[in-house]
Order: sequence, then C-alpha cells, then structure tokens
Amino acid sequence: MKFFDRIKEGLKKTRERLRSGLASLFRLRRPIDPQVLEELEEILYSADVGGEEVARVMERLQAAHREKRMEDTDQLLGRLKEELKVGLQGMDSGLRWSAAPPTVLLVVGVNGSGKTTTIAKLGKRFQDEGKKVVFAACDTFRAAAMEQLQIWADRLGIDLVHHQQGADPASVAFDAVQAALSRKTDVLIIDTAGRLHTKDHLMRELDKVVRVVKKKLPDAPHETLLVLDATTGQNALTQAKTFREMIGLTGVVMAKLDGTAKGGIVFAIYNQLQVPVKFVGLGEKMEDLEAFDPAAFVEGMFGE
Amino acid sequence: MFEAITQSFSKVFSGLLQRHRLTDENIDEALKEVRTALLAADVNFRVVRQFIDNVRLKAVGQTLIQNVRPGEQVIKVVHDELIELMGPKHSPLEFSTEGPTVIMMCGLQGSGKTTTCGKLALRLKGQGRHPLLVAADIQRPAAVRQLQVLGEQISVPVHANTNGTAPPGICQEALTKAKGDGKDVVILDTAGRLHIDDPLMKELEEIARVTRPHQILLVCDAMLGQDAVNSAKSFNERLAIHGLILTKMDGDARGGAALSIKQVTGKPIKFIGVGEKIEDIEVFHPDRLVSRMLGMGDIVSLVEKAQATVDQAVAIKLQKKLMDNRVTLQDLLVQLEQVERMGPLKDILSMIPGMNSLMQQQDFDEGELGRFKGIIHSMTKQERLHPEIIDGSRRRRIAQGSGTSLQEVNQLLKEYQMMRKMLGGLLKKGPLNPMALLRGEVPMKGKTHEKTRAMLREERKRRKKKRHR
Repeated sequence: MKFFDRIKEGLKKTRERLRSGLASLFRLRRPIDPQVLEELEEILYSADVGGEEVARVMERLQAAHREKRMEDTDQLLGRLKEELKVGLQGMDSGLRWSAAPPTVLLVVGVNGSGKTTTIAKLGKRFQDEGKKVVFAACDTFRAAAMEQLQIWADRLGIDLVHHQQGADPASVAFDAVQAALSRKTDVLIIDTAGRLHTKDHLMRELDKVVRVVKKKLPDAPHETLLVLDATTGQNALTQAKTFREMIGLTGVVMAKLDGTAKGGIVFAIYNQLQVPVKFVGLGEKMEDLEAFDPAAFVEGMFGE
Repeated sequence: MFEAITQSFSKVFSGLLQRHRLTDENIDEALKEVRTALLAADVNFRVVRQFIDNVRLKAVGQTLIQNVRPGEQVIKVVHDELIELMGPKHSPLEFSTEGPTVIMMCGLQGSGKTTTCGKLALRLKGQGRHPLLVAADIQRPAAVRQLQVLGEQISVPVHANTNGTAPPGICQEALTKAKGDGKDVVILDTAGRLHIDDPLMKELEEIARVTRPHQILLVCDAMLGQDAVNSAKSFNERLAIHGLILTKMDGDARGGAALSIKQVTGKPIKFIGVGEKIEDIEVFHPDRLVSRMLGMGDIVSLVEKAQATVDQAVAIKLQKKLMDNRVTLQDLLVQLEQVERMGPLKDILSMIPGMNSLMQQQDFDEGELGRFKGIIHSMTKQERLHPEIIDGSRRRRIAQGSGTSLQEVNQLLKEYQMMRKMLGGLLKKGPLNPMALLRGEVPMKGKTHEKTRAMLREERKRRKKKRHR
C-alpha cells in the first residue's frame, strides 16, 4: 500500500483540517439533523468539490437519511466516503502504451500549474521502469523554460530535443518525434508552454503541435495529460473542458497535492468530462509522483 | 475575467428585477442564488456565509424605502457589500524617502512571481525609477536565468549569485549593490513555497529580517480555490504582508478567491496581471471590478487604456483628416497598429458595457487585423496615399507580397471605400472624434447602458460648448 501511505502523508494537512471540521461534526455521536447536513455540505465545499458534485452527494445522503438507512453521524461518515468513491467508480488510471515505440506523451496546462516538474517526475518514473526516455522542449515562449527542462534532463541523464527560444513549438515537436524514432526511444514526453485556455491563438498553436506529431505517428500522442494545480478552484473544470475540446485529453495529473489543498475538483472532472486522473504530484522531489488510486484518494481525504 | 460570476449575477438579478415587492421569502430566494454563485466562483464558504448575512440584514432593513424598485435595492446592497469586501480604493505602493525602496515578492509555486517581478520593474522604470531585480529563487531550476532574460528584455539590471550563497545573503548583497549603483527600487524575487513548508517559510522571514522590505507583496493566482485563504493567512501571519498582486486575470476564472484573500488578510489588492506580455500589469480598482462583475462594464478602464496607448498627436491629425474625409490607407495602417497595441481586440471589446454578452456568441478573428496590416505593408507609398491607382496587376502583386489572396486585397479595398463613404455620410451630421470610436460610441446592438448614455450626453455637451466658443 505504498500509494495509500504516500497520499496519506501528502494529504495529512488536508486531513487534519478536514477532520477538525469533521471532528466537530462527528465528535459526539448525534442524530442527523439539517444543521449536521449543512455543516457537511460546507466541508465538501471547502475541499473544492464544487456545486454539482456537492449537490449530488448531498442528495444521496439526504435520501438515505429520509429512508432511515442512516441515523447518526457515525454512519454518515461511512456513507459519505462510499458516495465519493461511487463518484470515481470505473476510473481507469492506467497509461495507454503504443504497440510500437515510441509512446508519445503530450503535457499541457495553464501557466504555473507544474508541467515541467511533472515531466521530470514522469521521466524519472519511466526511467526507473527501464525505459528509454526523450524530452521535447516545446515551451519556446517563457523565458528560460527550456533551461529549466534542460537542468532536469541533465540530472536524469535524459536526452532533450530543443530549439531556440521563440522557435515554432510544432517544429520542435516534429524534430523530437524524428529523434525518438531514430534513437529507438520508448517514451517521448513533450513539454508545452503554459497557456490560459481562454487564449484562442495559443490553443490553436497546441493543435498544430498535435497535427505535426500525427504526421509522423498517426496514433500519437498516445497520452495527452493536463497538469492541474491542486490549489486551483472551480476553474480547473473549465480548463479541462476547454483543453479536451481543443486537443482531446486522456488524463489529468493533479500536481501540488502535498499542500493543504484537497483537489476535490477531481470528482467533477471525472463525472462531467469522463477524464480520469492518472497521477498525483506529492512533493518537490523527482520521485514525488504516484499513480492515482481513487479509493485510496477518498480514504486519504478522510481516513485515519 | 469574472465573466462567469457576472453571468450568474445577471441571472439572479434579472429574476429579482421583475418582482415588485421585497419580502423575506424572495430575499432568501435571491440570496440562495447569490450564495451558489459565490461558491461556484471559489469564494471561501465562510466568507460567503458572512457576506450573505450582511446583505440580508441590510436588505431587510431597507424594505420600506419608497419609489425604488425592490430588485434594485438588493443589487445596490450586493454591490456595496462587494466593494466593501474588495476595497479600499486603489492603494498605491509606498516608497522609502531615503535609500532604495525594497519590495519583496512571495507566494506559492506557479503563482507568477518571477513574471510579476519583471512586469513591476518595467512599470516602475516607466515612472522614472531605477529598479534592481534580485534573483533570490535558487530553488526552482533556471528561475535565476528566467529573471535574467526578463531583465534583459526590459533593460533592468538583475543581481544574481549562483555560488551557493543562501537567499538572505543574496538579498543583502543586492541591497549594498543598489546603494552603490544609485538604484532606488530593489525587487526581490523569492522562491515559491507551500505555506506549510516550515524551513522555507523561515528563510522568507530571514530575508525580511535582513532587508527590512518597505513592501511585502503576496502574489496570488486568480484561479485559486477554497484553500486560498489558508495559504494567504499563513503568509500574512509570518511575514505581515502589505498587499496582494492577483495574477492570470486574463483567464476566465471567477476570481472569488481574491475576495476571500482580501477578506481574511485585510490587505489591499494592489495590482493585477492581465496578460502574458511584460507590460500586462494594471492597478487594481475595486469599484470598477465590482461594477464589471455586476454587468455594468468598465468604460473608465477602457478610456484610460486608449488614452495611454493611442498617440494623442496622431489622433488629432487623424481627426482632421477624418473631418475632411481624406483618410488614406496609410492612416488606416497607423490605426490598426494602435488598436493592436491596446491588446487583443476581445479584451478591449469586453470592457464596453453590453458587449460581454455579445462576445459570448462571436468569435473575433484577430488574424484579420494582421492580414489587413500585411496587405497595406505590401503597398507602395503611392498606393497607400492614392488607392485609386491600384489596378488589377498591382492587386496581384500586393496579394503575392503579403501572402494573401486577391479576394482579400479586394475586400480590404472595398471596405476602405465603404469606410470613406460612411464617413462622408457621418460628416454631414457634424465633426467626428476618432476617440469616440474607441470609447464605445459605435453603434451597439441591444440597449446601451445607462452609464454609457450618461457619458455620451456629457461628451455632446462638451462638444457643443467648444463649438460655441
């Protein structure tokens, strides 16, 4: 249960806070009344779970209460966890590997969400699995973004394909695919510039990267991962929606889950967009990345 | 920005406006929707609770006022309360009277500190100050390099030390250097950190101790969720911050976290980051933002932006040409460039009252501006001044030179001719001010907002006076 421990550690602060909320709620075994339910609703909101999901969970809990299937606060916590797990049911967090290498991962996200760090962590993970990895520096916009990835690549001993700052990201991607093919690489991870999903021209630029990659490898990218900052609120859902519409998403990486933020938006992203969470970032070190496990995530939020 | 919250508020209020009586029930009903809107906008649930209670108290107390539509009364209360939350009015940076002013930036990872440092340095430089940027983020790979690149772009010196000196030491060195070099502002770019990371928070305290900053600014992402209050509170408790800078306001985040942070720290929002370019930083105006949230547009911001960007002399020259209907393609090019300098067309239009909802339906083709410019650039001077000489062969050459099609060149010329014709018609009705176009005096679909109408009235009065003189 490595994941369980890691996520528990990462969510420790979260849990403390949630539990201080939950603790006052569940301190004494008391009958469920409207006030208890209202407090529970606020706890869910404070975890960034979001209106529609809160409404769904509350509806279910209220129904259970009405039908007398749940009478006191002790049963309430169990029910709550169950409902949240139901919300993540059927999620497939596995990666889709290409039949013939290279498997191409395109990593996208808004500015400052943690793309480059996530890429370093992914690179380390695949390397540890014995795979040959190449990075592509397609963030040619932000000052020193390429250097940032270069430093990680050097630390890991991973090849980096890059051009100058200001170069066309699509041409970097093209060269990177070429390099990955000729160097017989297992995994190619493409870093892209952070962009707010509201910027039309930047989203089109991303679309061009995808098109160019497809020219060389028609079924690539095999994974298009959106990196979300766990401290982001309801806007994360809008981000996921827009990126999915523009370039298609195969998964989400929830970064910075080691703070006090809870990442409750995961529920809405899965239920409304059917985009699974594939990894979570739990710290600043290269190995602080874990595959996502829905049940452990819910337990980590509330568990002992 | 704040589009979504604006939308939900419009919905709440249009319902309320149709009612004639303000009863406890319909106040409750409206406030329930306000609550949902605020929560969906990431306003912290505790702040929401307090806000709703305040509004209810004030709204119920006001039910007896005569001759005011009840719905408007609630809008007024919500509006006033939001301003109260967002306020106070613009709070400028305070500068030291002797020695360099030290400004220290702090915040979570990825909030936009380094970019904001560059933006702020350029802004202060534009005000005649002499900033020194300090790369005190030795945590994130290439953060120092990033600041150096930004410094080069804006020609502001950057102090860096990658020999293993700890950040407090680097900042101290920078201070000495600033004094020696006659710099009057020192901006410290610190590493991003989680508020629960004790060693790193201690490092920040140490930097603050040795540099005694005049301003400690917390950089916050406008997209932050409910956790925003926790991190902001910690930073404020440990560093006693002076103010906030909200970044990434050019996205569509509802920005409710801004309200929450303002509320829990009690510290003013000083600036907002509104784009990716280095000049994209603006002073924060709570009243304007609230008006915008409530769907009243932000005409004042637009006018200021236009005035700062559009070269007045050029504008006056153009006005004269407009009046004589002597506008050439060369003038059109200058205009296009000025409009472009103001930022994406979409941003500009969204500031005009009533345009926000229109914007939702229309996809603006920013590329068209660029194509038009390209076509005009491919013309000779003679052609620009005397478009009538452009015949078929010239058209083909221009299309080829600008990488456009013959149709597009024809379209531009046709639109130019139409513009002249239109101007001819307008001029019969009186002189035309080109600034008026930018101020939103363009024919707008739907109803023009009261505020715009008032402005137009003022403008007309002023012009009348001028003519009489």
